[in-house]
Amino acid sequence: MPPKTLIEINDLNFSYGTRAILKGINMSMSRGQVIAIMGGSGSGKTTLLRLISGTLRPTSGHVRFAGEVVHELDRDALFSLRRKMGMLFQFGALFTDLSVFDNVAFQMREHTSLPESMIRDLVLMKLHAVGLRGAQHLMPAELSGGMARRVALARSIALDPMLIMYDEPFTGLDPISLTVIGNLIRRLTDVLGMTSIVVTHDVQESLKIVDYVYFIADGVIAAEGTPQQVRDSIAPFVHQFVHGEEDGPVPFHYPAPTYQQDLDLDPKEMPVV
Amino acid sequence: MFNRIVSGIRSIGHRVIESIWRLGLASRFFMLVLLKSGTSFRRFGLVIRELYYSGVLSLIIIVVSGLFVGMVLGLQGYETLQKYGSESAVGTLVALSLVRELGPVVAALLFASRAGSAITAEIGLMKATEQLEAMALMAVDPIARIVAPRFWAGVISMPLLAAIFSVMGIYGGHLVTVIFIGVDEGSYWSQMQSAVDFRFDILNGFIKSCFFGVAVTAIAVFEGYNAPPTAEGVSGATTRTVVTSSLVILGLDFVLTAFMFRGVS
Repeated sequence: MPPKTLIEINDLNFSYGTRAILKGINMSMSRGQVIAIMGGSGSGKTTLLRLISGTLRPTSGHVRFAGEVVHELDRDALFSLRRKMGMLFQFGALFTDLSVFDNVAFQMREHTSLPESMIRDLVLMKLHAVGLRGAQHLMPAELSGGMARRVALARSIALDPMLIMYDEPFTGLDPISLTVIGNLIRRLTDVLGMTSIVVTHDVQESLKIVDYVYFIADGVIAAEGTPQQVRDSIAPFVHQFVHGEEDGPVPFHYPAPTYQQDLDLDPKEMPVV
Repeated sequence: MFNRIVSGIRSIGHRVIESIWRLGLASRFFMLVLLKSGTSFRRFGLVIRELYYSGVLSLIIIVVSGLFVGMVLGLQGYETLQKYGSESAVGTLVALSLVRELGPVVAALLFASRAGSAITAEIGLMKATEQLEAMALMAVDPIARIVAPRFWAGVISMPLLAAIFSVMGIYGGHLVTVIFIGVDEGSYWSQMQSAVDFRFDILNGFIKSCFFGVAVTAIAVFEGYNAPPTAEGVSGATTRTVVTSSLVILGLDFVLTAFMFRGVS
């Protein structure tokens, strides 16, 4: 039986130049779980996904995926590891020159030597799972935002990965599409027995479907827990985030010199806002 | 005043360093494209698809431009040559101008504007919409799958388009001078046949167009792949492709001509 933990992140640090994005992150993600990573814009959530997929290399620390340290792999080993991962981008990132069918078939044609008849059956099964078997002949430009994301979801499960990472899957969706995508994430995770990491700031929708939540703020894990623990939390950061309050531990103002300094005022004069 | 001079010098230095850095980046990228070209030859269908977009769809502009350039050459050549009673040499003038210079150069300039800009915009938009990153995350190398087939399709298309341009130009010259003006058809073709040398003229023209093909498509794919992933970034990269390609074509043409036609009478 494979070990229960699929991803282990130990003391992960990442900086762009001198700007530290992630500082000492530790996480553990089990098979069959849906995990949400929440935090304000620019808090390093997407960077974390890129470190897990090996697109970026950590400054220090490591990500271990299915027992292998991602950033220590050579190019071929990394590419074969990525076949076990899927990624759903914010707006789907479908290949615009390929039809819905060809988008879903893309990985099968690139990585397997399956006969075209079998690829057809598999693609239709994947599209059926996201409810879009009837849209197989459409081009990406003909799809709505929600449909494009469902096709992208079908594409990311094409080779039955062990992990799917979702980058802001709920952004810009109408309430119906939102529920559809949320339920699909939960159902596919359960049926395929994979692990899902959902990077989002849609608190209400994600709390309905996830097993565990990490909050990232200022590059560190500010809080973590099950959806119920998060809802009941009195920690100031979690409370501000879950209830969408304007000011709190996450300040309204971006760090800046004092207002007087910027306006070249005498320190005694205080501007009226 | 002194500060302004220093900052001026500093900005020149900065631009020079940036240009050299970018040239190094482009060279590395070019080597990567060559190294990862295996897929393009194993799955030649990928190149054929791009040949359609770069080559076949450029045919209209190449055929029409070639025809008109040949017609103008015919008219201007006839106008000058008839003053010396040598109007029968107009075929030679049209053919040599086209095969040696205008065919490869004008076809390459048109190719850069028509196909080069399209390649840059397509790759740049694929990057901006995260399609290239999605592909890399599916363990498919975007340089091998997207960039290399476009590069080789451009390299193959360019000499063929230049040849078609020259042929159309020669027919354009024939149309104006022989059919409209009445220059003797026999001398138009026979003088051309005796004056145009396969080795010096046709082969050199072909070699030039191969160089232009490599230069234009290498610039186009590099600019597209390295375009900032924004609307402004893609439009800037498309403009840079056309401007840089045009300058490189004209510069290369001078260098190649200097080597090829040195001492040829």
